[in-house]
Formats: sequence, C-alpha cells, structure tokens
Amino acid sequence: MTDKTHLFEYLLRLGDNALVLGQRLGEWVAHGPELEEEMAMANFALDYIGQARLFLSYAGEVEGQRRDEDQLAFLRDSIDFKNVLLVEQPNGDFGQTIARQFLYESFYQFQLEGLSRSTDTRIAEIAERVSKEIRYHLRHTRKWVLRLGDGTDESHKRIQNSFDELWRFSGELFVADETDNWAVEHGIGPNPETLSSRWNQFVGAALTEATLIQPDDGWMDGGGRYGRHSEHLGYLLADMQFLQRAYPAASW
Amino acid sequence: MKKEDWPLFEIFIRSRSGLSHRHVGSLHAADASMALDHARDLYTRRGEGVSLWAVESRNIAASDPAESSALFEPAEDKIYRHPTFYEVPEGVENL
Amino acid sequence: MYTQGLDQKPDTEKQVDGTEQLVRFQARIDADEKIEPKDWMPDGYRKTLIRQISQHAHSEIVGMLPEGNWITRAPTLRRKAILLAKVQDEAGHGLYLYSATETLGVSRDQLTEQLLTGKAKYSSIFNYPTLSWADIGAIGWLVDGAAIMNQIPLCRCSYGPYARAMVRVCKEESFHQRQGFEIMLELSRGSDAQRRMAQDALNRWWWPSLMMFGPSDVDSKHSAQSMAWKIKRFSNDELRQKFVDVTVPQAEFLGLTMPDTDLDWNESRGHYDFGEIDWQEFYEVLKGNGPCNRERLAARQSAHDDGAWVRTAAVAYAQKQKRRCQAA
Repeated sequence: MTDKTHLFEYLLRLGDNALVLGQRLGEWVAHGPELEEEMAMANFALDYIGQARLFLSYAGEVEGQRRDEDQLAFLRDSIDFKNVLLVEQPNGDFGQTIARQFLYESFYQFQLEGLSRSTDTRIAEIAERVSKEIRYHLRHTRKWVLRLGDGTDESHKRIQNSFDELWRFSGELFVADETDNWAVEHGIGPNPETLSSRWNQFVGAALTEATLIQPDDGWMDGGGRYGRHSEHLGYLLADMQFLQRAYPAASW
Repeated sequence: MKKEDWPLFEIFIRSRSGLSHRHVGSLHAADASMALDHARDLYTRRGEGVSLWAVESRNIAASDPAESSALFEPAEDKIYRHPTFYEVPEGVENL
Repeated sequence: MYTQGLDQKPDTEKQVDGTEQLVRFQARIDADEKIEPKDWMPDGYRKTLIRQISQHAHSEIVGMLPEGNWITRAPTLRRKAILLAKVQDEAGHGLYLYSATETLGVSRDQLTEQLLTGKAKYSSIFNYPTLSWADIGAIGWLVDGAAIMNQIPLCRCSYGPYARAMVRVCKEESFHQRQGFEIMLELSRGSDAQRRMAQDALNRWWWPSLMMFGPSDVDSKHSAQSMAWKIKRFSNDELRQKFVDVTVPQAEFLGLTMPDTDLDWNESRGHYDFGEIDWQEFYEVLKGNGPCNRERLAARQSAHDDGAWVRTAAVAYAQKQKRRCQAA
C-alpha cells in the first residue's frame, strides 16, 4: 500500500468513528432522561458530526477522487465503513450510552494526545481542537459513571451490566495493524498498543470509584476496521443514507 | 418533591473578563457540578461566557418587595451624594 | 429568574384593599413598568401567565419531536449539524420558559405532569407529522416564521422573567427561519421530485401555520384582558394578517403555489385577502384528534418514564456525596 492509501484509510477510521457516534447520540435528542441532559447529548452529537466532517473532508482530499465529506458519509456501504464495533453499538438505556461513551472516549483522549503531535500538521490541528471537546465530554461522562455506579441499587446493576456487555468491544481499540504501524513509522499517530495501560488505569480508577467491577478481558470481538461490522451498523446507515440513496445526485 | 426531582439552581455568567457575573436564569440539576455542566450547555451555546456560577436557589436570600419602599426610597432624597448636585463655576477645571 | 419559592413568607400581612391594589397594579402596567416575580399581582394575571408561558414551554419541547424525527436522516452532514443545533435550541427555549414559569410558583415537576396528563396544552401545529425532508424546511420557514411574529411582541411583555426569556429566544431563533427557507430554496431549485416534495410540504403546513395565531379575535376568550395586562400586544388576527403579507411574496420567490384559491392582494386594504380557516380542524386537533397527538405525548411519557431511574440515581448519589463531605 502507498502512503496515500494508508493515510486515506487512517482518516476514514477517525472520521467513521466520529460519524457513527454522532449519529448514535443524535438518536437521543427529544428522548433523554431530563431536558438538561438532552442538551448535553445534543452538544456531544454536534461535536462528533463536526469532527467527522473535518476528518472525512481531509480523507476525500487525500484520496483525490473528488469525493467530499457527504459522498464518503452517505454513499459508502457498511463494508467500506472503518469504525470500530464499539461506537456502532445501540444506545440501549441511558447507562449503556454512558458506558459506551466512557469506554470509547477514555481511549480517544489518549489517541488524540498522540495525534496532536502528528507530523501531519492538518491532523495535529484537528486533534488539538478535538482534544478540548473530548476533555469536556469525558469530564461529564465520567461523573455519570460515578452517579449511576454509586447511585441506587438499580442504577448500579444497570450500568455494571452495560460495562459487562460492552467490554468485549474494547480489545479492538488497542490492536495495531499495518495501517497503525505505518502511522507510527511516519509520526502520523500513536501506536494503539501503547495506549492500553493508560486506558486501563484511567477506566479502572473510575470504575473503582463508582463501586463497579472491571470486567475480565476475555474473548474480544473486532473487525470493524476491516468492514466486518455488527448487524446494527446496517440499520444505522439505512437511516442515515436514505435521502442520498433515494434521490441520487440531488443537492440539499 | 419526589425523590427523582432535581433541585433548582440559579445561574450567573461572566460574559468576559473585566465584567461581573450576571444572573441569566435557572435550571435543574442533581448537584452543583451537574448544574455547572448544564449551565454551560443551556446558557453558553453561543460563546456567551468565560465563567459560570451556580447557586442552589433555596440558598439565596431575597429582599421582600413589600419592604421595598422602606429599603430603597430613603436613598432617593440624598441628592447631595451625586456630583451633579454641586455647582461648578464656569472657568474652573479639573473638578 | 428567581422562583416565587425563594425566601417567601406566608402571606399573613394585612391585605391592602383589593381594589386599591388592583388600581396600583394596573397603573404600573400602564406606565410600562415590569412586574417581577415577588411583586403583588392579581390571581388572574398569575394564572394567565402560568398558562401562557407553560404552554409556550411545552410547545418548544413537544416541537422537538417532529423535527427530531429527521436528525438521523438529514441529507448532508451540514444539514445534520444545523438541525441538531436547532432542535437543541428548542430544548433550550423550553428550559428558559419553564424557568420563567417556575418564578410564578409552579414547579417543573408539576408542569411536566400537566403536560403528560394532557391537562396543559401545547401548540397544535406539532401534532402534524413530518413526512419528508421538505417538512423540516417548511417548519423552519412557516412555523418558526409564525412563531417569531408571535414572539417578538412578547419581548416587551409586562412580566419581567417572561420578557427576558423571550429576548433570548428571539435572538436565538433568528437563524431557525432562515435555515428553513434555505432548505425550501434548495428544493425548489432542485429536481422535479424535490420540487414536488417542497410543494407538498407547503400544502400540508400552510393552514396549520395560520391556525398557530389562535382563534379569530371575535372568538378569542382571553384576548382583551391579556391586552390590558400587556401580556399580549397585538391581536391574533393582526398578527395572522402580517404573517400572510410577508410570507406570500416568499412563496412566490420559491415558485411554489399557496394552497388557497381565495388568496389575493387587496389593493384597498393594502393586505392580502385569504380564505376561511377550517376552525373545526383546529378544535379537533386541540381536543386530541390530530394526526400525531397520541404519538407526541407517548414519546414524552416514555422519555420521562425511562429516565426515572437515572434521575433517582443522580439524586441518591448527590445525597451520598453530601453526607461524605459532612462526615469528612
């Protein structure tokens, strides 16, 4: 693979993670547990959609096939989506959304830290900006982990269950493959393997404080980065892409 | 109040450094830290502030409007507290 | 927006003669003074405000549902971001208004209950479905357009907290109508299928938008008193006429046809004449017989029910933290 295809691939992964999470969080709007919290969810969704646009526009430029952010978002099928499985998991109840956000963003913060030192100045600039957004998300999400974990018996049970359910998707975050190795070699981004101990520490500390039990690293699922997704992604894309598919080449 | 109801907080924003915090409205939150998060999302979506205060509403003591004439009207006739009360002759400067 | 509950003593002081107090109150209103939460106010004034502001708040919140429908299906990332920001603003406006209502001595909890039990009303426009993307354009252009007409005079309403909330709302709403018009413009310049979508949306939203201004002045039971109290500044029919007058040329610009054969410029009046509104439909929807009344309330109800364990957990945690702080 050439540098160009590696970089394109790398940007798609970043963009797709953000896009799919933004899409999921958007589902919460008008259905949240309290109006004030809906405002927060909408802000997070907006941040992610913004990030997706930055990464996907850049990906399109790198590819050089005249595909813009929208063509990449709305006209690829699931086999070409490069997001990790964790982010496409359904919202479930509020606790499950919090657990998913917390697991992912705990990783994302360290990834962004590495990306902000990227030799690719455009990536470094985006990462710098996004880091601020994610720092706030995490602050908010972490507090919810504590509230639900150390709240009532019911909330404790529910969020523990969500962490248990989602844990199997955390492994994929830290597996370095050919594209990651290329990124490390060229100073584009961090080696995901090296992020796992900090992640474990960060997540572990929060879970302990929340009186929750950190699930065992058992069998880990994966494959999202290679277009092998869970069944959930197809429905998400069907919803998201409907208009662009039903009215090809229309302008909106 | 039911056990799931969140208390009311009053929110104050400093719109930029150099200005004091100003009351902007209220919101509900389970605790002060959540109140600050919600205030950020509710009252600073368009960059309206650089600093936030959240105070639980029941902790604010307020003057009674029925007392307002007794409280505030006596200040009205102390016009000598204002510089415009005094005569400055023409030609005198820096006063 | 301090709540009435703040530092409030039971009203045991000797009552000034009711009529004298009323006269003094009306004099303040006539002098364009603002009434603040803890000031004396007639019961009717308080009740009218609670009804009107809470209805307004509920409308913002229920209004999130028809538009929220299309967040996951917005056709471009730019449109998705705009729609998200807009629907989020609606939540914000609902919250500003709930907070203004709470200054009158009603709690959020009571307000939510009134909405969910159907005791409180909300704007019936939101009981109509959003069937296509063009509906998002039509809502911004027509529904927000009509809302702005209604809301701008409210910035000068006699009740301070309501007026302040409305200043904020109006400032933020100004982009809502424009983004709606932009969607319609894009569709009207697009393919036949898109133009058809836009025309269909106009056909379905035009009459309900006109109904948003409320019953005609002759049938409106609250109008006169509200005008005297400066809770309301213009009559329903005045505002409706103004809306028609500004909107017709915009539809012409879009190349869309208004679904009203009686619509015609009246040179002598200097206004557009328009057809008879189907008030039967309006009252039916108000009674609960609109296309989506049940869905809208069911959606709010399930959000409320599904969130109960979360709200309870947050309170329980806050209490534990407080105890820990005190113990430390």
